[in-house]
Amino acid sequence: MEEFTSGLTKIGTGLAAVAIFLGLLLIIFFVGARAKGKLQFPAAMIVFLGPAVVLLAYGLIAPAFLTTVGSFQNATGQDFVGWANYSWIFTTESNRKVLLNTAAWIVIAPLFSTGIGLMLALLLDRMKRESISKSLIFMPMAISFVGAGIIWGLVYEYRDPSGVQVGLMSQIAQWIGMDDPPNWLLWQPWNNFFLMVIMIWIQVGFAMVVLSAAIKAIPGDVVEAAELDGATGWKLFSRVTIPMVRGTLIVVFTTIMIAVLKIFDIVRTMTNGNFGTQVVANEMYAQAFVQFDVGRGSAMAVVLFVAVIPLIAYNVMQLRKERTIR
Amino acid sequence: MSVEAHEIIPIPQPDIVGKEESIPEAARRKLSSPWASGLVILITILWTIPTFGLLVTSLRPPEQAQNSGWWTIFTDPTMTLNNYSEVISGGSVIPNGIAPYFFNSFAIAIPAAIFPLVIACMAAYAIAWIPFKGSTFVFFTIFALQVIPLQMSLLPLLTMFNKGWSMGPITVFPDLNKPGTEQSIFVGTYIPLWVAHTMFALPLAIFLLHNFINQLPRELFEAARVDGASHFLIFRKLVLPLTVPAIASFAIFQFLWVWNDLLVALTFAGGTPDVAPITAYLANIKGSYGAQLHLITAGAFVAIIVPLIVFFSLQRFFVRGLLAGSVKG
Repeated sequence: MEEFTSGLTKIGTGLAAVAIFLGLLLIIFFVGARAKGKLQFPAAMIVFLGPAVVLLAYGLIAPAFLTTVGSFQNATGQDFVGWANYSWIFTTESNRKVLLNTAAWIVIAPLFSTGIGLMLALLLDRMKRESISKSLIFMPMAISFVGAGIIWGLVYEYRDPSGVQVGLMSQIAQWIGMDDPPNWLLWQPWNNFFLMVIMIWIQVGFAMVVLSAAIKAIPGDVVEAAELDGATGWKLFSRVTIPMVRGTLIVVFTTIMIAVLKIFDIVRTMTNGNFGTQVVANEMYAQAFVQFDVGRGSAMAVVLFVAVIPLIAYNVMQLRKERTIR
Repeated sequence: MSVEAHEIIPIPQPDIVGKEESIPEAARRKLSSPWASGLVILITILWTIPTFGLLVTSLRPPEQAQNSGWWTIFTDPTMTLNNYSEVISGGSVIPNGIAPYFFNSFAIAIPAAIFPLVIACMAAYAIAWIPFKGSTFVFFTIFALQVIPLQMSLLPLLTMFNKGWSMGPITVFPDLNKPGTEQSIFVGTYIPLWVAHTMFALPLAIFLLHNFINQLPRELFEAARVDGASHFLIFRKLVLPLTVPAIASFAIFQFLWVWNDLLVALTFAGGTPDVAPITAYLANIKGSYGAQLHLITAGAFVAIIVPLIVFFSLQRFFVRGLLAGSVKG
C-alpha cells in the first residue's frame, strides 16, 4: 500500500511538472502578447524559437562538438592523444570483432526485415481480412528492446539436453531430431544471428505496414494495363510492383539500417556483449560508463556518427528525388 | 513515382486542405487466395508465439516455470498470480519490487512526451509563419541535427548536469550543488531525464510538425494578421487546435519511445528506485536473477502491458506516430 501512495506522489510530480511548464508558458504568452510595435517581432522570436534553439545548442550541437574533441583525448579527458583512440578501435583484435559484428548486423537484419516485410505486404494485399494478422505482426514494435530480450531469452533458454527442455528452440530442435541442441546464446558465431532475430522480429512489422501502404498507393490503372498486356504473377511483381515501390523499399531498408547501427539494448540485456556478440553502440556504453574511458567511448560515438551520416544523406536524397519526379 | 514523403513519414495532413481522392482499389482486389492466407496465418502464429510463451510462463508456479516448458501448460494447467504480486512489491527472491519503477516510468514519460511537443510546435510555427531572414537555414540545420546519434550527447550532457559547463572563464551552465555537499542538485530527480529526452526529441518533432503546420492555408494567417492578431494569439487560437491530430500521433510515439528507452535511463537515472524507469529494473533483474523465469517474465509483462494497451486501443494514431518517428535515434 505504501508503495502505491508513493507511486501516486511520483505521478503527481510528473503532472505537476507539466502543469508548471504550461503555466509558465501561459504567463510568457500573456506578457509576450503585450509587446507593441517594434518589440512585437523580437518578442515572438524569443518566445517561439528561443527554447528550441537553446535546448538544441546545449543538448546536441555543443555535445557533438565536445565528444569529437574528447575522442582525441585520453581516458580522463585531460591530455590530447591524437588518433590513438581511433587506432585502438581499428587495430585491436577485440575491436575488429566488434566492427565485424556491427557490419553483419547492418546487412543481415535490415535485409531480412525488409524482405519478410515485403513478402507479407504482398500477401496481405491479396487477402480480404488482414487487420488481425497485421496487428499481431506489428505488435512487437510496441515492445521495448529489453522486453523483447526477455521474451526471446525464454525462447533461447538452455537446459541440459538429457533433461526436460524449458526453451522453445531447444525443444523444437529435439522434436525434429537434433538430440544435442547447443546453448544458442553461447554458440559462436551463430549467437549473433540469434540476437538479430529479435531485431528482425521487431522490425518486420514496420517494414510490412509502410510497404503495404506503398503497394496500396499504386494506381489501379497501372496494374490493369499491365494485366491487359498479359503480365501476371512473378512478372507483375518484378516489372510493376517492385519498381513502383522501389523508393519506399530503399527508405525502409536504410531506416532499419540506422536503427540497427545504434542497437544497444538487445545486446546489453541478452549477452552484454560477451561470447563474441559485442557491437559498436554497446561497446561505446561500456567504454564510457563502465570503464570510464572518456576518450575511447567518445571515439566509438564518433564512429557511429560517421557511419550514420551517409545513410541519412542517402535517405534524404531519395526523398527529394521522389518529390521532384512527382 | 507515386510515393510521397508523407507516406513514408505519414504524419496526418491538415483536414482543411482537402484530401486527394484515393483511387478505388476494390476494383483490382482479387479474391483472397487461400495459399496467401495460409502463409500469413502461419507467420502471424510464429510472430505471436514468443510473447504468448512469456505470458504463460509468468502465470505458472515457480516449480513449473523453471523446470518445464511453457507449452506443457496444456497438460498441466496450474496457474497462479503469485508471481505478479511477488514481482510487483518484492518478495523473498527479489527483494525490490517493480512498483516504484513502474511509477517512475510514468513520471518520466508523461512530461518527456509533452515538453518536446509543445516546444517543437512553437518552433515549427516560428519557422513556418513568422517571416525572418534565415528561416530556411534554421529549418535545415534542425533537420540535419537528426544525424547526431544519442551516443554523441550522453557524456557531455551528463557532465553538464553533474559538474556544470564552462568554456574558459565563461560559465555556460553553472555547477549547481546541494547546499553543503558536492552532489549536484539534479541527482535523484527526474529533471535530467526530462531535459535529455526533450532535447533528443526536438529535431524530429520540429521537422514533422513543421511539415504539418507549413501546409495550413496561408489565407488563415493573413486574415488573422490583418485583423491585428499577435503571433501569440494566432498560435493559441488557430495553430494549436488545428495541429491536434499531428500532436496526438507524435505524443503517443514519444511516450512509448521514452517508456521503452534504456540508454538514456541508464545514463541519467542510475538504477535506484527513486527515479529509474521500469526498463532499467528489467535489465537489472535479467542480469542478476536470470534463472527466476517466473519472476522475470512477470516483470517483463508488467513492463510491456502499458505499450500494448496503447497499441491496441489507439492503433490508428499509434501507427502514424510510430512510422513518423521510426527514424528517431
